Amino acid sequence: MSNRVINILVPIISIIIGLIVGAIVMVVSGYDPVQGYSALWTGIFGDSYSIGNTIRQITPYILAGLAVAFAFRTGLFNIGVEGQLILGWLAAAWVGYAFDLPKVIHLPLALLAAAAAGAFWAFIAGFLKAKFKVHEVIATIMLNYTALYIANAVIKNLSDGGFKTERVHVSASLRSPFLRELTDNSSLHYGIIVALLMVMVMWFILEKTTRGYELKAVGFNKHAADYAGMSVNKNIILAMTISGMFAGLAGAMEALGTFGNASIKPGFTGIGFDGIAVALLGANTPLGVVFGASLFGSLKYGALNMPNAAGIPEEIVSIIIALIIFFVASGYIIRVALQKLSKKKEGQ
Amino acid sequence: MGFLEMLYFIIPSAILYATPLIFTAIGGVFSERSGVVNIGLEGLMIVGAFVGIYVNLEYASTFGSATIWMAMLAAFIIGGIFSLLHAVASISFRADQTVSGVAINLLGLAVSVFLVKMIYDKGQTDMIDQTYAINRFAIPYLEDIPFFGPLLFQNVYSTSILAFAVAIGAWFIIYKTPFGLRLRAVGEHPMAADTMGVKVNRMRYIAVVISGALGGLGGAVYAQSIAGNFSHATIAGQGFMAIAAMIFGKWHPIGALGAALFFGVAQTLSVAGSGMPYIQDIPAVYLQILPYVLTIFALAGFIGKANAPKASGQPYIKGKR
Repeated sequence: MSNRVINILVPIISIIIGLIVGAIVMVVSGYDPVQGYSALWTGIFGDSYSIGNTIRQITPYILAGLAVAFAFRTGLFNIGVEGQLILGWLAAAWVGYAFDLPKVIHLPLALLAAAAAGAFWAFIAGFLKAKFKVHEVIATIMLNYTALYIANAVIKNLSDGGFKTERVHVSASLRSPFLRELTDNSSLHYGIIVALLMVMVMWFILEKTTRGYELKAVGFNKHAADYAGMSVNKNIILAMTISGMFAGLAGAMEALGTFGNASIKPGFTGIGFDGIAVALLGANTPLGVVFGASLFGSLKYGALNMPNAAGIPEEIVSIIIALIIFFVASGYIIRVALQKLSKKKEGQ
Repeated sequence: MGFLEMLYFIIPSAILYATPLIFTAIGGVFSERSGVVNIGLEGLMIVGAFVGIYVNLEYASTFGSATIWMAMLAAFIIGGIFSLLHAVASISFRADQTVSGVAINLLGLAVSVFLVKMIYDKGQTDMIDQTYAINRFAIPYLEDIPFFGPLLFQNVYSTSILAFAVAIGAWFIIYKTPFGLRLRAVGEHPMAADTMGVKVNRMRYIAVVISGALGGLGGAVYAQSIAGNFSHATIAGQGFMAIAAMIFGKWHPIGALGAALFFGVAQTLSVAGSGMPYIQDIPAVYLQILPYVLTIFALAGFIGKANAPKASGQPYIKGKR
């Protein structure tokens, strides 16, 4: 079996095992897995309303996945997407309601603000890594909580003690009456186009530019890149910044599309952490991220139908997603099994 | 409120908030010292909190005054078992330890909330009976000492005493026993340890299970002393704060204890500071972010250099240089 086939098989096998174990969990807990999975299916594809909302859910997942994947490709683990996303969310919402501008300027400006906020927050982690050798995993975890509390405090200030900001103006909104009508009043918005554009941006940066080549080289082998005359530190900082930009845009999707404001959060959104799953499943490639985001976004949204339609707590889907991450992460053992299997076949 | 009264309020409360962090951070010390990064402490605390509350609610009538201890024991054991997933994935299957830890966090939360909904048919459990919660008491004679009595001995939690004992015990185990020497060796230079006949992977399994058990214990303590019930938001960042304490304490049990106590002060002030002179002028957000910002500073070398164990984060593969 070639490496390429195995690379594709590992995530697929992981998904299948994840779904099977999920079914076993349902049986053991006294639920009907057939009913459960069909409720999940209807929750995702049941009608145009569900499909619209599923796509809406996929949108920030794509961007969060891109953020994690981009960092991974450059040898960095950005576990701080969550914090960068929260600040992007806040920045987009603020620009969205604080200014009165024509749409052609206002919407791009709000998106840019979100990208800049996320990029800045990730830049801190990149800078700390480059200058002080602070491991980015720990730095970004700490920055996540810092971002959460800061954003909450700022929202409280902006709203004079309230718990959410004003709504963003129509000129900065991603919402569209056309998409709404098309999908039976779902909250589908134009963000999906932004997300898909960013997929192309990531592909272009990594595959078609010198800078992207350098970033990947640093990811593959820091020392070789250094020897070849590339500035490792500069590339680390740049990689984190670009990764944070994607994360900030994921926040903008929530601010300008789904919710239309920013509100105080008791905890994390979970999108950032799910982004790690998305990137892993997608093997850190732009196209893979789209598939990973589609799967996890669909599962997450479809799960909401499970308590009503099948009486199963929606957390079953989070269990399945966590299991899939385990299996993909443990890909080594699946690879070994696959190679043994194919060797046996060749031997016959 | 006078200065002394403030102190008499802040210190006992800080110890209360620090206690779950101490258990969990010490767990982190064990795991990381053996070379396995455990980002999953948050998830392990969540599992422990759920198990603790479940045992407390269901068996309080059976165990009576021993309820909290049985609940903590159950959380200790289940936490250890749950962490086996992380151990298998990151040690035997050579998974990325951070990714596996993230999966533990997601799984811990999902399984706990799933079970709550299945058992209680709602998103959160009832409050536990206050008589069976972890309650404070005064130590006779010691409480009468001027200054130190009201500061340390009038509002004592038995779990806090246990936490201090665990920290000192962990220091003894890690620095004064052959087991501890082997533990540190596999975290610094697994190949050298292997050559000397230390079973690297077995040491790491033990360390990860200890960290899971202590994380579960920390969660049960938090749930029964501070939260009082279990919902998806009961443990919101305490696990990560314990990781911060571990790093701020420079991967040393006593250091982790000190850092946890310090973070306890910060948490107390951010929760109850609005009623105190001077403190009320500081926006709560500064106190909330303080532990995390300080940890970054510590890592950056502004507050003494914090160095992780050398082999931390890498799976050990025999025969590979």
